[in-house]
Amino acid sequence: MSGGAATAPLLEVEDLATHFFTRAGVVKAVDGVSFRLSKGEVMGLVGESGSGKSVTGFSLLGLVDPPGRIASGAVRFEGQDLVSMRPSQLRRLRGKRIAMVFQDPATTLNPVITIGEQMRMALEAHGVTGEQATRARSVAVLTRVGIPDAARRLGAYPHEFSGGMRQRVAIAIALLHDPALLIADEPTTALDVSIQAQILAEMKALVADLGMALIWISHDLATVSSLADKIAVMYAGRIVEAGPTAAVLRNPRHPYTRGLLDSLPARADPGRDLVQIPGSTPSLLSLPPGCAFAPRCPRADAACQVMPELVTERLRQHRCHHPLGLEVAT
Amino acid sequence: MTDAFLNIENVSRRFAPRVSFGDRIAAKLGQKVDTRITHAVDGVSLTVAKGEALGLVGESGCGKSTLGRVVAGILAPSAGATSVAGEPVMSGGHKTTTRVQMIFQDPYASLDPRMQVGDTIAEGPLAHGLTTKAQARDYVGKWLTTVGLDPAFASRYPHQFSGGQRQRIAIARALAMQPDMLVCDEPVASLDVSIQAQIINLFLKLRRELNLTMLFISHDLGVVRHLCDRVAIMYLGRIVELGETQAVYAAPQHPYTQALLDSVPKLVLDDGVTTSFKPIAGELPSPLSPPAGCHFHLRCPLAAERCREERPLLREVGTARLSACHFAPFAPA
Repeated sequence: MSGGAATAPLLEVEDLATHFFTRAGVVKAVDGVSFRLSKGEVMGLVGESGSGKSVTGFSLLGLVDPPGRIASGAVRFEGQDLVSMRPSQLRRLRGKRIAMVFQDPATTLNPVITIGEQMRMALEAHGVTGEQATRARSVAVLTRVGIPDAARRLGAYPHEFSGGMRQRVAIAIALLHDPALLIADEPTTALDVSIQAQILAEMKALVADLGMALIWISHDLATVSSLADKIAVMYAGRIVEAGPTAAVLRNPRHPYTRGLLDSLPARADPGRDLVQIPGSTPSLLSLPPGCAFAPRCPRADAACQVMPELVTERLRQHRCHHPLGLEVAT
Repeated sequence: MTDAFLNIENVSRRFAPRVSFGDRIAAKLGQKVDTRITHAVDGVSLTVAKGEALGLVGESGCGKSTLGRVVAGILAPSAGATSVAGEPVMSGGHKTTTRVQMIFQDPYASLDPRMQVGDTIAEGPLAHGLTTKAQARDYVGKWLTTVGLDPAFASRYPHQFSGGQRQRIAIARALAMQPDMLVCDEPVASLDVSIQAQIINLFLKLRRELNLTMLFISHDLGVVRHLCDRVAIMYLGRIVELGETQAVYAAPQHPYTQALLDSVPKLVLDDGVTTSFKPIAGELPSPLSPPAGCHFHLRCPLAAERCREERPLLREVGTARLSACHFAPFAPA
């Protein structure tokens, strides 16, 4: 983990709130999320469906569509506030300084345009023009993400690639302008394990070689643990626990993080009942007062009717009235 | 095994592309028309004992779901046959037994959105005389209780339930047919981690209480390790390894199994440990034109001349352990 106190962080998210104003009520998909990320740092943003992890990613890029909007908070990136930025200014950053990779490459690539053409458009949008320049850059990034015979593949359409290769193309497009920050939203969830391992290896190398910061959004603790320097666990729109990945997973303070870890079959004796979190994730339309996890939490009591504050202890943060104790390292 | 309860005998399933009239004319005129046949399942034989859970593991396109559908009697095999307790699952292209029931991956797609879930659950049992109209309500309530739901939910519609609850309803529907055998096709793949654990626990409970025999299809090696007594690894339509789950995971006897296990990301709990991934080279070849010899040889670190030409047969390489690799058995690492 680099990026000491002396240098300003690359990305600073402060008290971000993204709400959806629906007919049924206000859905607070993201509600008071703060974190910072330095150059070359990898953060895993973990949560189950509806936890707000993807909306957080979309919010950073100004990609939240009505009825949703950023209700409050600040997103400072390279010294500029993205929230108050005009759409035209944001467009200049998006795809250039900040890029995003989505879960399903089959729906993010245009099916009727060759990938060479799609890459050329992405390059021209940010001022890289000329047949030779765009072609050379496209071949370079495709080769970088492990697509064999890249020059010839420029003329291929997305359907001519396998799922894993398509995701590599999507990653290559994100890398075209050497972004300072890459946001990857469940990029390997739709892929087979053997292909996932290839993409993870590729990601690790990219971060190491290019010094790019990465936000890896996932529900999978194992992939996050093998990739991320730090982790933020989200539940019902809030970060409930954050800190250095290994420390948090080894010794979680929040009962929800503990519950997620206990739910993994890999950590239990075969055939034994898994320790399960009872109930299901709450509807964001009718969140309980106080801690949203309280109705499912084994440690909840009357105190949990009041929203717990985010407590910072050295490198770690948690939002719980009754945090699990820290085990003393031996 | 002599006490085979489910018997899958040399089952193959091929899919031929639909060749239209226009295509046929084009072919006559010398155009290239793709008439290649997909061998989704290629001569698979497996047995499952009463009360046993067999995991079927493989990557997308390996044919595991097709095999599951053949076992459940949803899809007729192109060759071979399956039987449960000596009774054929299908004859003349139709399912002839209710002893096998199936649970699907997506509980959003597998329940009729316009039917009350109670009616969905009762439909099969009523048609097969397992209950009567008068008793249907209690009958449905009993199975809803078994899967951990309130019997009062019977009058609700699928959209009123969460993903985990829907999967419970789909399980109740299968159980209401009083099967001896369940075919589960990725039943927890589309569920959140915390909900996945609940459904895994439900399967463990059902196995204990109902002595169900299970064919559990999954790409998730962790889930299979937890739920299944034995595991079969499938690659491009063929079984490449079969054995007791613990033993297979501890010392795989096929390079593909080894590669799959290496690909699974592990939870890293130590600071500063840099995990290195050992991804399998290349990708799953198209099942339209599988490589000759051993299907895995293009990606296999051990591949030799023999692997390119000679198809390795699934053979015994240890106690209750089969492998389809020329070089097996391997010494445990």
